[in-house]
Amino acid sequence: MTQKRNTPLLVLTVLSGLLLLVALYLALLGAPSANLQSETGRYAQRIIYFHIATAWVGFLAFFVTFVGGVGYLRTQRRTWDIVALASAEIGTVFMLGVLVSGSIWAKPAWGVWWVWDERLTISLIQFLVYLGYLMLRSTVEDPARRARFAAVYGIVAFISVPINFIAIRLWRTQHPLMFGTEEGGLAPGMMFAFFFCLITFTIWYVALMWHRIRLEQLRDDVAALKERVLG
Amino acid sequence: MVYLAAAYAVLWAVSFGLVISMVLRQRQLRAELDALRLMLDDEPGTDR
Repeated sequence: MTQKRNTPLLVLTVLSGLLLLVALYLALLGAPSANLQSETGRYAQRIIYFHIATAWVGFLAFFVTFVGGVGYLRTQRRTWDIVALASAEIGTVFMLGVLVSGSIWAKPAWGVWWVWDERLTISLIQFLVYLGYLMLRSTVEDPARRARFAAVYGIVAFISVPINFIAIRLWRTQHPLMFGTEEGGLAPGMMFAFFFCLITFTIWYVALMWHRIRLEQLRDDVAALKERVLG
Repeated sequence: MVYLAAAYAVLWAVSFGLVISMVLRQRQLRAELDALRLMLDDEPGTDR
C-alpha cells in the first residue's frame, strides 16, 4: 500500500527539469530573432516557443482524458478514471497558461490584450469546459457514478480539441497560422528550438502525469484505510 | 522585453503552481495515512 521511492520517476523528473532549462535558453537566446521591425515585436515573438508547446500539452492531455473515458466505459476499471482525471487536470492548467501567455503576446502584436476572435474564443470555451469537468467530479459523491459521468463528459468535451485546431484554418482569424502558409510561420533556424520545446514539454507532461497518478493512488489508499478504520 | 518576461513568468508560475499543489496534496494525504495507521495500531486486537 505504501508508495516506495520510484527511481525511474525521479530520473524522468530531473531530466524534464534539465530539458526545460535548455528549452528556455533556446527560446530566449538560442533561436534566431524574427525578421520584424520593432524590437518589442522581436522579443514578443519568442513567447511562441513555450506558448505553442503549452497548447500542444493541453491538447495531448485532453486526448488522453478522452482515451481514459473510453477505457473506463469499456472496462469500468478505476485506473482509466485516474488517467482521465490526472490528464484533465494537467490539461486545464496548461490551457490557462496558453490563454494568459497568448494574451500577453497579443498586446505588443495586435495592440490589445484580447479579441473575440474564433481561435481565442474557442480556447477560452475549451478551458471553461474542462474546468467544468473538474467541477463535475467534485460534485458527485458516488465514485462509480462520478467516474461514469466524467468519462462521458471527457469524451464529449474532446470535440473542442479538433475544433480549436482547425479554427484558424476554417475561419479568417487574427491568430497566426504557424504551418501551411507561405507568409508567417517559422524560419528554418527557429524550427530546432520549436521542436525541442515541443518534445521537452511532452516529457514534462509524462512526468507530471506519473506524479498525478501516484497522488490519486495514494488518495485511494487513504480512502480504503479510512473505510477499514471507520467500518 | 517586458511582455516576454511576463509571458514566461506566467508559464513558469502556472507549471510550478501545479507542482506545488501536488506536493501539498501528497503531504496532506501522507499525514492522513499515518494518522489512520496509528489509529489501526491502537485498536485492540489489531495485528499489523
